[in-house]
Amino acid sequence: MTDISRRSVTNLSAIPKEEYIYKCTSACAGCSSSLCLRYVLKAAGPDSVLVVPACCTSVIQGIYPATAMNVPVYNVAFAAAAACASGMSEAFAATGRDTNVIVYAGDGGTVDIGIQSLSGAFERGANFLYICYDNEAYGNTGMQRSGSTPLGARTTTTPGGKPTAKKDLDRIVQAHNPPYMATACSAYPLDLYKKVRKALSIKGPKFIHILAPCPPGWRYPTEKTVEMGKLAVKTGMWVLYEREFGKLTINGPSKAAMRKPEPLEDYIRGQGRFKNLSPETLDLMRQQVEQNIQRLAREEEGIC
Amino acid sequence: MLTIATGNRAVAEAVKAAKPAVIAAYPITPQTEIVEQIAEYVTSGDLESHYIPVESEHSAMAACIGASVGGVRTFTATSSHGLLYMHEMIHWAAGGRLPIVMANVNRALGPGWNTWAEHTDAFSQRDTGWLQVYVGTVQEAYDATLMAFRIAEDERVLLPVMVNLDGFSLSHITQSLETEEIGDFLPPYHLPHAIDTEKPRGYGPMTGPDNYYRFRWDIERSMRDAREVITEVEREFADRFGRSYGPTEEYRCEDADVVVIALGTFGKEAEVAVDRLRDEGIRAGSMRLRWFRPFPHLDLSGREVVVIDRDYSFGFGGVVANSIRAKTGIEPYSVIAGLGGQEVTYNDIADFVRGRRPGEETWFGVNNHV
Repeated sequence: MTDISRRSVTNLSAIPKEEYIYKCTSACAGCSSSLCLRYVLKAAGPDSVLVVPACCTSVIQGIYPATAMNVPVYNVAFAAAAACASGMSEAFAATGRDTNVIVYAGDGGTVDIGIQSLSGAFERGANFLYICYDNEAYGNTGMQRSGSTPLGARTTTTPGGKPTAKKDLDRIVQAHNPPYMATACSAYPLDLYKKVRKALSIKGPKFIHILAPCPPGWRYPTEKTVEMGKLAVKTGMWVLYEREFGKLTINGPSKAAMRKPEPLEDYIRGQGRFKNLSPETLDLMRQQVEQNIQRLAREEEGIC
Repeated sequence: MLTIATGNRAVAEAVKAAKPAVIAAYPITPQTEIVEQIAEYVTSGDLESHYIPVESEHSAMAACIGASVGGVRTFTATSSHGLLYMHEMIHWAAGGRLPIVMANVNRALGPGWNTWAEHTDAFSQRDTGWLQVYVGTVQEAYDATLMAFRIAEDERVLLPVMVNLDGFSLSHITQSLETEEIGDFLPPYHLPHAIDTEKPRGYGPMTGPDNYYRFRWDIERSMRDAREVITEVEREFADRFGRSYGPTEEYRCEDADVVVIALGTFGKEAEVAVDRLRDEGIRAGSMRLRWFRPFPHLDLSGREVVVIDRDYSFGFGGVVANSIRAKTGIEPYSVIAGLGGQEVTYNDIADFVRGRRPGEETWFGVNNHV
């Protein structure tokens, strides 16, 4: 087995060739969350366990007795992932094992039904990595709105567009002062890979929030998944950063975007879920993007 | 070692002896002394265990599930609303074939808020695939908790076990307690399907109609096998420690014309009632039902039966009375008594027997049958 811990990774070709998620999953065409999971597992390596609550990944791994996964996957009830992972990590600690415990959960299982167990486990300082892959709705059940659905987005339960803003999960997690938290996006796999590696090198509760564009849910053509992720970052809708022991670092692609963001319309235009967005809502979205960028910029400069 | 203890303390003592590597628990009256005492043991070093002070009962059971499949012995304790709050994970623990042991201090459900004894909390979990045992004394709370680990972890069972003790009337009363050096009574925890990254497996993935029922049948097969395992473990426990138990505890039943059936502390109270009735010339006996899942085979032929239900299934009847009716064909006199801690004395129980009306149901304090 290749010792990935000693390999310095500066480009995609240096990422390990080992695959822990096989071809022929049940994922939709253009699914970015399965793409992300591929890189998460490459970064984590074989001595890892996934804890998966109800989400798209419950389906993606396949139907019993088949599995597309080459690490143990513990599927657990919707609200229970963080608590289950904290119990598992204590069991491994009690038996002297260093196995990585990684929750891989969707946005509904994180910002809505799973927020209590996430908060409890982080407050207790449990030793595991929680990854939320965020496609901004309940994708597995047919795109109903979640607390993570952005303002204005049409879902099957907000057919007129969501009237309220996306819940700010990252500030909720930040309030628990975890030793490591980061955002990532499926369009930047190397960045994600490095963040998973760094997170797993730190003891305690770690958190990574991945924006995961979803072709059927966001209503864009499947081949545009990478482009959609890049536009989210370039327009400032999604900011890539890390917060290590409280210190914020804005990552490369977002640094440029924050200096000169591309027009928000470029991101909105290609997505059917934002069809017929009112000019007022678009203005409000633009204000929210600007406020978020300014808040993060001030924090990085040490102003707040 | 002979000491005195409450029912809650006895459970904590048994947990100390069983040495679970992970304990996850959330406090609720009247269970609190169990989790407080265990926290003391862990803090003092008397018990080497990872204690997870979770933020809810749902998470308590979820953490036990993660730890149990992670390869270690686990324990939790709860009561009433806590038990109901973890309901989803109670199913998950059994379906995941995880030998978790839980003490449930039986308590009524709101509204209105009521912290006193009732069995409706545990009966509402009866179809989850957990084994359920109900204890009547402090000593039995200790003994049953110890045996629960052995039974749950037996490879013929691999199902979780719930040890039930009545809130306050057992959890908070003090009796003598003999604690044991348990030696190898509990072998090291071994879960055949524990997580092993050398052998990656999917746990609980999507399972279609062509396979799902097989897993359900496997739970029932183990539930049936559990009867023999329980008998074996209770026999070995008697050989080692001198206290014997069975699916029921019978008192003066041999020649009884009428048998009082109850669970928990009412089962012990009924023994006093039986003595009173015998003094009057009524040939009464009592049968305290200990195991509720798996439900024991009962031989009650030729007897009249009075069942005290400290529970109710609305629109149907007393859960125990109707279970006995279904399993034995006997039409018991069904008395609903003791809900939410309603006081029921041995004199009351004797009255139930004196005024029995086979096939009928009476709510103590509501109907005027008694």
